[in-house]
Amino acid sequence: MKRQTVRVAAAALLASGVTAATAVHAQWFGSKESKGIPLQQVADMLHAVMESDRTVYTQRVVNRLQNEEKVIQADEHFMDKKALPLPAQMFRFGAEKVAEKTKSFSYSLLSLWPVNKQNAPRTAVEKDGLKFVADNKGKNYYGEETLGGKKYYTAVYADVAVSPACVSCHNAHAETPRTDFKLDDVMGGVVIRLPMN
Amino acid sequence: MSRTVMLWLVWISLTVPAALFVLAAIVYGGNRSFLLIGKTSNGHHQIELACDACHISVFGGPEVLQDACVRCHGAELKAANDSHPLSKFTDPRNADRTAILDARHCVTCHQEHRPAITRAMGVTLPDDYCFHCHADIGEDRPSHEGLKFTTCASAGCHNFHDNRALYGDFLLKHADEPDQRETPRVVLVEFLKSRKDTIKVPRTLVATDADAPAVHRGDIDVVTAWAGDAHARTGINCSGCHTAKAEPARWIAAPGLETCKTCHADEARTFVEGKHGMRLRDGLMASHDGPLGLFRAAKLAPMTPGEARLPMKMDQTRTSLGCNTCHSAHHYDLATAKVERCAGCHDDTHTKAYFASPHYELFKKEVAGLAPKGSGVSCATCHMPPSETRRPDGSKSVFATHNQNDNLRPNEKMVRSVCGNCHGLQFTLDALADRALIASNFTGLSGVHIESIDWAQRRARERGEHRQ
Ligand code: HEC
Repeated sequence: MKRQTVRVAAAALLASGVTAATAVHAQWFGSKESKGIPLQQVADMLHAVMESDRTVYTQRVVNRLQNEEKVIQADEHFMDKKALPLPAQMFRFGAEKVAEKTKSFSYSLLSLWPVNKQNAPRTAVEKDGLKFVADNKGKNYYGEETLGGKKYYTAVYADVAVSPACVSCHNAHAETPRTDFKLDDVMGGVVIRLPMN
Repeated sequence: MSRTVMLWLVWISLTVPAALFVLAAIVYGGNRSFLLIGKTSNGHHQIELACDACHISVFGGPEVLQDACVRCHGAELKAANDSHPLSKFTDPRNADRTAILDARHCVTCHQEHRPAITRAMGVTLPDDYCFHCHADIGEDRPSHEGLKFTTCASAGCHNFHDNRALYGDFLLKHADEPDQRETPRVVLVEFLKSRKDTIKVPRTLVATDADAPAVHRGDIDVVTAWAGDAHARTGINCSGCHTAKAEPARWIAAPGLETCKTCHADEARTFVEGKHGMRLRDGLMASHDGPLGLFRAAKLAPMTPGEARLPMKMDQTRTSLGCNTCHSAHHYDLATAKVERCAGCHDDTHTKAYFASPHYELFKKEVAGLAPKGSGVSCATCHMPPSETRRPDGSKSVFATHNQNDNLRPNEKMVRSVCGNCHGLQFTLDALADRALIASNFTGLSGVHIESIDWAQRRARERGEHRQ
């Protein structure tokens, strides 16, 4: 009888231990949640900030000063030309600063029609995601991928021509593979990655 | 005592002191050259005995070394708008590339103490490193199809880090320049002219103003030399350099870098970044304080021509390199410092050929007053050119960099800071790619034609048509 109790207690203890460990593991490692907030929501929140900053810079700085007031150009070689950094460069500089600070997420601006060939999709999720957001306006793409032995939750959001500056600059750029962008077109996508383990 | 025990005792009494000796050499210093595991590269050989300059910690792998690389080279890479910054390779989307070539660490391409595989620019990787990521370049750029992977970094095409004078728009912008500009751009002279009104020059001092205490005043020649020189002209008296800012004031017999840098901060800062002064950089220690007073903290001794790997004149082998080596005390004649002093030590083909070069002709004309200030081309014009810096308040300042290495290796770094002031881009790229022409110190014309401008123009034409 006594032995039986010990066995049951041990089994119960083991079971609850396993359950707790699984829960903790699911919570902290490999789950679709990041310390309580679902990964999708985390990505959506990050994207909201990125997209807003990007839109504000393009509309209030680049489009106003370059396209409307015509007082200063935005140029890839902004140092040499004493010009404004491109919206895509502002975005990348931010991403680079983040990469210096944390490994908890990373992001980039890509396109199926890239001016800079390094901004073409490379992974399968990037390719599918960019195609999906271009074909399904207003929808985001969420996927998982393993890169360099690590698992990532990857979200792709449409990058839309929110201002005439986007369209005029890309269509006229010497290296663009596409010259028929219009206002409100999907021009590419923002890819956000959250490590899952 | 048994034989075994005795052998053990002998072994221990030999091994323990030997181990302690090696350990002390690693941690505290002393005569530690036996620790070098292979000939150090040309870039670092001067500081090879300051082991902890690179091996910041006895423990740790590439990350520790990486910190050391960045500590000395980080700022210049940033300034060079590094084409392959760390952030490109930490992005998970490039994980497959990093697995092939781990460009997150400098030592992946630049290993130290590996003389057998070290090539130009301290690169220890086989020449096909571009290929790993850019194998498909021909698809986007038909001009690049079928090119050998050894030609990517040929002079005038691409550099891994610094492409400030090689990017497409730059090539196009400077495509049609004549070989020779009509009037050279004299950056420092122009800057000083633009600031003339804002610089307050104190009263010029004369010999009778010399404020050195009588015991230190030395012979009359010293005072006369000072009185005829730039420091007296700008109101700097003996005490300005010869007294330490201590209470009570202490007389410094031979002021050096520490004194000069209180006024010439940019020059001093860059001097210790270059090959002449790198041993004097802060934090480079030959040894550290150790137990029982057996070791004393000591900085590295200044460089001497005798320790250089370039050909040097035999009579200068023991000269220590400091500010006064090239700028003689009390007689800071710039014309002397710009040519004579260099050739006083350097004894290589390029230096010797200078005296028969068109650049030297221009320099002689300038010194003789027959040509405008700054139009001559001295050793310093190219190797210690005017450099821009920002003051803390954001204003621009120009000074002569004393890092003679700043625009060398790869030599296209000279395009912007030096050659472009007088020559067109095509002429420059061709000249810099011709090793024989460099050896003859640019006497004659280049036998090489670099095609990058032609290609950039052709691409721009094709792209223009494509857009229509
Ligand atoms: C003044 C010119 C200019 C403006 C304005 C501009 N772009 Fe770009 N954009 C570029 C250039 C050039 C690149 C490539 C930059 C790089 O990666 O170095 C680029 C990159 C991108 C990319 C990454 C893919 C690629 O083409 O390389 C996307 C997506 C993009 N831009 C969308 C936009 C959108 C949307 C806007 C407006 C909000 C916009 N751009 C405004 C010039 C411009």
